[in-house]
Formats: sequence, structure tokens, C-alpha cells
Amino acid sequence: MGNVGAKDVPVLMTEDGRRIDGRRPDELRPLKITAGPLHQADGSAFVEWGANKVMAAVYGPREVHPRHLQVNDKAIVQCRYNMAAFSVDERKRPGLDRRSQEISKVIGEAFESVTFVEEFPRTSIDIYIEVLQANAGTRCAGIVAASVALADAGIPMADLVPAVAVGKVAGHIVLDLKKEEDNFGEADLPMALVPQSGRLVLLQMEGHMTREELSRALDLGVKGCHDIYGKMKEALRTRYSATDAAPSEVPA
Amino acid sequence: MGRRDRTGHRDRGREGTGSPDGEKVLVLPGDEIPAGGLRPGPGTYRMNGRVYASVLGLLRRRPPFVQVVPLSGRYIPKPGDVVVGTVTDVQGTFWLLDIGAPRWAPLHMTGTPWKIDFGETEKYLRVRDSVVVQVESIENTGRIGVTMVGEGLGKLEGGTIITVSPAKVPRVIGRAGSMISTIQRHTGCRLTVGQNGRIHVDGSPEETLRVRETLRLIDDEGHRSGLTERVQGYLDSGREGRAAPRDHPVRSAPDPHDHPIQRPPPAEQIPEEEPDEIGDPSPSE
Repeated sequence: MGNVGAKDVPVLMTEDGRRIDGRRPDELRPLKITAGPLHQADGSAFVEWGANKVMAAVYGPREVHPRHLQVNDKAIVQCRYNMAAFSVDERKRPGLDRRSQEISKVIGEAFESVTFVEEFPRTSIDIYIEVLQANAGTRCAGIVAASVALADAGIPMADLVPAVAVGKVAGHIVLDLKKEEDNFGEADLPMALVPQSGRLVLLQMEGHMTREELSRALDLGVKGCHDIYGKMKEALRTRYSATDAAPSEVPA
Repeated sequence: MGRRDRTGHRDRGREGTGSPDGEKVLVLPGDEIPAGGLRPGPGTYRMNGRVYASVLGLLRRRPPFVQVVPLSGRYIPKPGDVVVGTVTDVQGTFWLLDIGAPRWAPLHMTGTPWKIDFGETEKYLRVRDSVVVQVESIENTGRIGVTMVGEGLGKLEGGTIITVSPAKVPRVIGRAGSMISTIQRHTGCRLTVGQNGRIHVDGSPEETLRVRETLRLIDDEGHRSGLTERVQGYLDSGREGRAAPRDHPVRSAPDPHDHPIQRPPPAEQIPEEEPDEIGDPSPSE
């Protein structure tokens, strides 16, 4: 999971239940979402989550290049997750590596299952996720950004997709791991949820957990996702109600 | 050859939608819509007997349907729309046009007023040329049929293409063409407005710039009231101040003796910066 080396393992959980940054086990890091910062893209979003800074841009639906990738009866979803060379402590060599390819694949598949791809045959919905500063949970921040960007682009889908990484740190199940917790903890579980149906569209795990711990972790993650979902909607309402409509609840 | 815009379909992007009492309701994907017996229309979907929004937009009730009018997204072509397109590819018997829709639109050589031999297509339209065409059909496969035969359709020479959101096209045209007339009158430019939000502007570089600013104003603030007054104000003020930019003297480099370089204060005076978060702020995976 992380490179422990000869460093001392930091105190990840104090006796009174506070984590390395003072958070409680069920507390999220500060999260700020901005919808539509890029005018060139069809849709975009910028997410600042803890020390993470992630930008997402969506283009499409648009013609597929190369042509042989197009599908007759629906749109394909192509996702590119990339970390900037300056996003991490030790410079990350530019270009896609195996980890980026894997993350690109799982995120693309997650969105393929929520977007209404049948409405746009023979096109591609292209999602670009750039991590500008990384501090654990970047694929979840990327999913949050991409989901807001897809809505900003007017792409029809079942719901917005919040995501968060839960994990096990110093024996406790905690929400929203930061760098040290990811590196020195026992398990890391990124997950993405579709609140409308209650289904997960992404679930991965590194590390070890008992079945019972997994069950608690999933519950905690779903709860965190609902909080994040609220912030995603708020970001979109802020952007669009400043423009075309007064913000309001859908009347009963 | 005057080219006038055509308003084509009336309903797209029109403000004043929403519930009967006139209130505009913004919905997001996944928001549940109380359908009240109405059937799910465009921009919505049904799941387990409930209706949800699928796009970000304004709720509109049009019995027997309830729908969501998108506030963003690419242009979705409808038959009858007159649009401004740009050639992106040239083939033996047809060209491919970018009209801002999810797919490119093929324009066949028989869909033009010219008599073209096979392989001669390049002589008539080349990549990056702009044209005005009309959408004829949308096939099941998604293919967009367009034609360049008709009044007001054809190749566009010179000028610039400026893009606004398709939802703002009605505002650019204005009631009975009032807004576009105002712009054309004040700037002397000829405008061709496509339903796809692409606008061809033909005029002097200075006036084209003012048209661009006006269109940006409409695109960013077209929803707010008083738009007509603000556009009028901008166009009028530009008229008086137009000579001013040319009168600005060339600025020379600042004299270093006038503005000595400020040295940073000694270390103990620099205030402590708040870290982003409690704990180790150094970034990593």
C-alpha cells in the first residue's frame, strides 16, 4: 500500500477517537466544488477536497475518433484519468501508467452505467480528469468532479454520482482517508454510489478487512456519499440559478 | 444577397417555462419530479413508477407530458432548423459539416445548387468553409440530413463565426427580430443566426469585436431582465468612445529609479500562513 521504509508510523488514532488531522471517524475533509469553470469544454468542474485539487472536463457527445471504436446503437464513454507531474511529493513521470489506466477504466465504466448512452448512437462522451494536487482519494474526487461536469455538459443520466474512500486505520473504520491514513492504514475502499437506485457503480479495495468490518465500512461510505451528493447539487444550483432560474425545491 | 435568419421552431430554449404559476423550477439529474399523472417526456425517465429528471434544466409541464428543457449541452438538431455549419471533411460525393451537434452532418453534392461532377467536391467547398444549411431529417440511425438548396441557404464568404449557447438563440434574435436588428443597425455588420447557436458576422474588424461583446453579454446574462436596455447601452456607449483606444500613447518601460524594487520583510515579520488542513500538508497520492 504505501512505502513505510524506516519512517516512524504516525499516530493515526488517539485514545479519544481523533484522527491524525483531528477528524472523527465519520468526518469528511473540507470539500468545495465549482461547476463550469472551463468555457471551452462542454462541461467542467473543479473539486478541492482536503488537499486534493482535481479538474474534470467533459466533451460530447461527439464524433468518435478513431472511427472503428464507434458503436452502432449507443455512445461510448472514454475516460482519461491523469496525475500532473507536480501533483505529488516525488515528481510523477508524465504519461499514463498502469495505475492511471486502471483508474481510467473503472471510472469510465462507472459512468457508462449511469449515462443514457442509447440516446446518442455512434458518438463518444469523453471525460478528462486531471489531478493537480494529490492527497489520497483522488479517484473519488475525480468521480465527483466528472459527475458534476457531465451534468454541466447537459448529458442525460440517471443521477449524479458521489464517491468517497472509506478504510480501516489503526483498527477503526473511518471515512475519507487522507494520505497518511492511506499509506499506513490497513485497508482502503474507494466507492461510488448512485443515490437514486442505491447501487454502487465503483467498489475497490486494497488491504484486509473482516466481512463485518466491510459491512460497516459500506454503510459509513454510503452515508458519506449522501453528504457529498448534497454538495454536488449545491454547486450546480449555484452555477445555474445565478443564471436561468431561481433556486427552489420541486413543488410537491 | 441578403441572408436573413429563420426562427424555425418556436419552443426551444424559450424562457417562461415551468409550472403554470410562471415560476421557473431548476432540476438536476436524479431529482424526483412529482408527475401528477403526466407522462415522462424528454429530459425525464421513469423508474419504479416514479419520474426523475435526467438532465440539468427547467421543469416544464406540457400535458400529457412533463419534461425538462436542458439549460446546457450541445445543439440537438430538429427538422426545419436553419443552421450555420463548418466543413470538417471532404469526400468524393459529399462533405461533413460540424453544426455543433453530437454528430457531424453529411451534405451530399446533390443537396447543393451546383452541378458537381464526382470528385469535384473540393472545388466548391473546402475544409473550414462555412455554410448555411437547413436540417431536413433525422434518421433512426442518428444521421442528420441537411440541404443547401433553398432561400437564404448557401456558402458564407469571409466574416467570422461566433458561438452562443443554443438556448440563447431566441434572445439573440429578439421579439420579431428586434434584437438582431438593433445589433445590425448599430454596428453595420450583417448577421446570420443559426438555430445551433453559430452566428456568422460580416463587417469591419472593430464592429465585429463589438458584436462579439454584445453576443457575449446576451449569452452570459440573457436570462436577466433589462437585457435590451443593457445591450442598447453598450452599443451606444461604444459609439462615442470608439475613437479613444487609438488615442492611447504608447507606454514606455517604467523607469527603475521611480519604482525601487521592494525587498521582502525580514523573516520574523512574515505572518504565519494557515495550513490547508490540520496535520501534514505535504501532498502525495
